[in-house]
Amino acid sequence: MSEPVLALEGLTVTFGSARGTARVVDGVDWAVHPGQTLAVVGESGSGKSMTVLSATGLAPRGAKVTGTVRLLGEELTAMSDADRRRARGRHIGFVYQDPMTSLNPVMTVGRQVSEACEEHLGMSKQEGRKRAVELLGLVGIPSPEERVDNYPHQFSGGMRQRVVIAMALANEPEVLIADEATTALDVTTQAQILELVAGLQERLGTAVVWITHDLGVVAGIADRVVVMYGGRIIEQGKVDDLFADPAHPYTQALLAARPQPGVRADRLLTIAGTPPLPTELPPGCAFWPRCPVRGDARCEHEEPPLVEVAPGHEVRSFYRADPAVTEERSA
Amino acid sequence: MSVTEPNAEHAGPAPTPHVSERGRVWAALRRNKPALAGLFILAVLVVAGALGPLLAPYGINEVDADHLFQGPSRDHPFGTDDAGRDVFSRVLVAARVSLLVGLVSVGIALLVGVTIGLVAGYYRGVVDNVLMRCMDVLFAFPVLLLAVAIVAVLGRGLVTAMVAIGVVYTPIFARVTRASVLSVREQVFVTAAVSTGASDWRIMRRHVLPNIAAPLIVQTSLSLAFAILSEAALSFLGLGIQPPQPSWGRMLYDGRGYVQDAWWMGLFPGLAIFLVVLAFNIVGDALRDVLDPRQLTKDEARRTA
Repeated sequence: MSEPVLALEGLTVTFGSARGTARVVDGVDWAVHPGQTLAVVGESGSGKSMTVLSATGLAPRGAKVTGTVRLLGEELTAMSDADRRRARGRHIGFVYQDPMTSLNPVMTVGRQVSEACEEHLGMSKQEGRKRAVELLGLVGIPSPEERVDNYPHQFSGGMRQRVVIAMALANEPEVLIADEATTALDVTTQAQILELVAGLQERLGTAVVWITHDLGVVAGIADRVVVMYGGRIIEQGKVDDLFADPAHPYTQALLAARPQPGVRADRLLTIAGTPPLPTELPPGCAFWPRCPVRGDARCEHEEPPLVEVAPGHEVRSFYRADPAVTEERSA
Repeated sequence: MSVTEPNAEHAGPAPTPHVSERGRVWAALRRNKPALAGLFILAVLVVAGALGPLLAPYGINEVDADHLFQGPSRDHPFGTDDAGRDVFSRVLVAARVSLLVGLVSVGIALLVGVTIGLVAGYYRGVVDNVLMRCMDVLFAFPVLLLAVAIVAVLGRGLVTAMVAIGVVYTPIFARVTRASVLSVREQVFVTAAVSTGASDWRIMRRHVLPNIAAPLIVQTSLSLAFAILSEAALSFLGLGIQPPQPSWGRMLYDGRGYVQDAWWMGLFPGLAIFLVVLAFNIVGDALRDVLDPRQLTKDEARRTA
């Protein structure tokens, strides 16, 4: 396999607070390869956004980040702030959740799209404008020559998200990071945006990291999936393997909670309880308090290791890691 | 025919019709009669400031010993003063000084205050604390007392008056700016700009500053009123514009001794101060209403209703 574009090794993010240290992200490893889509899923507060923000040097104040992050083989974590800023602007594009607030209301969309080109590629205003028109066309905005001088309030939500994507793609980044990029959009628009990103990815060979809590989105676009819980990776694998044979009780519960088309359910399944606070993580498996299985005596007191259950499919659970149980279930 | 009629209900998420911000502000100001009157007074002030000496029927220091203390007449619409000088001409010419002091001192306050507020609000932490506590110290002094103190140190005169008034109003701009910056910098588009690797300076200039323009415009308009008032006060105390150069504050001071016999000496300069300050206030208030983001929604509601 080719070199990963973005690779995290043992990324850990902690916040010191009056009530003790909060471990928001704990030893996360993953990598995304050119042209691939990696989906990072988890509930709110599972650390999925924090992982990506910290990895790219956008962690909020007071966060202590350790571990190694490689962008195109270079160690991002070892760079100076200025170098990291340049590397980020040059090689990573970001798309945010709410297109209503992620555009500057008093700046034309053209200027916003071309800004990164001017800052990092040293383009002139005229070149930047030409590039903006080109990019707006690329993301499917009709008559981009006219729209380039419009302001964000003159666009609908879906169109604004296209503008945000154009901004993210301005420097032809190797990685596109979409943080809940379709969550604020209605379902039809969401499908259009997903299709757009998939198409662009195919044409430009961009790697995509898609942070989401929507398993439908994951199934539609991802190559690999990382499931996070309590700041840790609890399962990762190819999307087909993970959907066909979820190994962690949490993943199983998540998949079971999805409404099935054509199946009438008066009550949707839920997972009882709430995710643990980062300051009050249980000593053993983070999911233990809510786990419907609790298949091993060690669960409560011992942190399960991440072990491979099938080629490229890892899970952090004693219950599934035990080969006997696995064989029994597959038999 | 109903076919040709645009049907709002079926239009879906059509882009909002293009109404430029400037057009909207202007339309709203036009509906506001007092603001219109205020703008008119300010226009007169600007014309007087620009062309005063050309429009004045008499020279500002044209002494006429035969016509001392003349009441308002056809020849001297505002009367003459204790040296027989035409009050109308002097009020007209003094408009330039008032305007100049107002603009320059508010310009100083705007430049320094906005820079301090921007840096403090953007970087927060220690920088913010140091800068804003300095501003608090300045702010704690009574306005006029501080101005008088500065004039006492630097010596009296036009330039000193401008600097003193500028320094006095700097903390106000710093505070307004900082408060606005604090809220704007939390917006996602600022985070987005950070993630594209834009430099701090670029983010402040291109993303933050344009988004806090509304409160700054309002503050500028209101401050111009107070700056002109402060200049009048300083001149009244003899610390501002030095005679024989005319200034409204000084003329008011000179007329103070003759209120019984020659009321026109004090009335007209006073009226000029009153009208100009009122006009800046009304326009500032109107701008505040118009530029308030909540007003936008009201306007939109009216349009769709």
